[in-house]
Amino acid sequence: MAKLKSSLTNMLLSLTLITLVAAGLLAGIYSLTKDTIAATNAAKQQAAIIAVLPQVEGLTIAEPIEAEGITIFKANQGDTFAGAAVKVAENGFGGIFHVMVGFDATGAITGFEVLDHQETPGLGSKMQEWFQNVRTVIGLNPAEANLTVSKDGGDVDAITAATISSRAFLAAVNKAYNAYAEANNAPIAQGVSSASPIEDAETLAADSLAAVEEVAAETAAETAAEAVAEPNVEPAN
Amino acid sequence: MANKALKTLTNGLLRENPTMVLVLGMCPTLATTSSAINGMSMGLATTFVLLCSNVVISLLKNLIPDKVRIPAFIVVIASFVTIVQLCMQAYLPDLYASLGLFIPLIVVNCIVLGRAEAFAAKNNAGLSALDGIGMGLGFTLSLTVLGAIRELLGTGKVFDFTIFPDSYGMLLFVLAPGAFIALAYVMALVNKLKK
Repeated sequence: MAKLKSSLTNMLLSLTLITLVAAGLLAGIYSLTKDTIAATNAAKQQAAIIAVLPQVEGLTIAEPIEAEGITIFKANQGDTFAGAAVKVAENGFGGIFHVMVGFDATGAITGFEVLDHQETPGLGSKMQEWFQNVRTVIGLNPAEANLTVSKDGGDVDAITAATISSRAFLAAVNKAYNAYAEANNAPIAQGVSSASPIEDAETLAADSLAAVEEVAAETAAETAAEAVAEPNVEPAN
Repeated sequence: MANKALKTLTNGLLRENPTMVLVLGMCPTLATTSSAINGMSMGLATTFVLLCSNVVISLLKNLIPDKVRIPAFIVVIASFVTIVQLCMQAYLPDLYASLGLFIPLIVVNCIVLGRAEAFAAKNNAGLSALDGIGMGLGFTLSLTVLGAIRELLGTGKVFDFTIFPDSYGMLLFVLAPGAFIALAYVMALVNKLKK
């Protein structure tokens, strides 16, 4: 078959045909995978809720309450209220990240899961590890403890060389707690819930530059830094 | 004939390796090779798209008038990329979480359009399929090697298998500058060996 000439009719027909077939094909694939994608996401969410509420056995999750981008999943054990998992979004160093935080009936943190993030690998990306094992926030009650980084006068040491990510993480926890408190008439958090982690571009650039220098300087001291935290090595920003 | 087919298939592996020799598709090469598994998955996803788009474009080449060939090629490529994206989201959610951002960008990967334009639009479907597989595997190979080097130097692991403790890793190699450094050295080595 000879190649079609580039006449207006030919071009119109050929492009229309190709796009129609492509659209039909994609619609088919979309409807085939839609349910699986929804199920996968739901299973992931369910797993995160169970992971952040480890103290509750045989918990039943109530219908989620959504407000201003915050989702609250209240959990009941039998008929008694046993806590809640709260999913929040917050602006980190590298963009929006999502955290699911679990609280028991008294408001103490029972666990958390960083669901997704784009923080710097090796620095801000350590937040799950750091706030779970190194400087744990689990067991603290945001109404009693001041959950801000120690540099800002709070009770929690920031991740070495990742103060902005740490501030953002703690802001997310406070935000989650305040949503929980509002839904349960509990006292609000001591830490600032809306600590603005994104500062002006200049500060950010200086900070990331400092972070890069830090990496070079710190490679040798990394082992020590991991065991013994030096929370305030980052230059002031 | 068999000789030509074999040559087409092996062309992309080393002699005309898309990343190391043709220097195409630098965006995914630099961005997704933070670990060996990420590099390999990105390479395989691109291979799939390359194979499908090469075959389809080769079959349709006489139906597509010259003046609208680029939009037509892009529609074909974008459709396959979206298929990959939807399937990955449904069946490989963890991989999608780490590569998700870069999958749609396969559409503008110049390897895919470049092979459509330079090979598939001039050859029959069989040869185009071989070219797609060869180029795709060449791309996968260089991304895997690059990912393994960066993962090893940065975190002391290869494919999550620990070679030396994390604390001796040079974090730089997991970050963007490490991608440029590693790519430059591998590229220099490949071009030295090729001579």
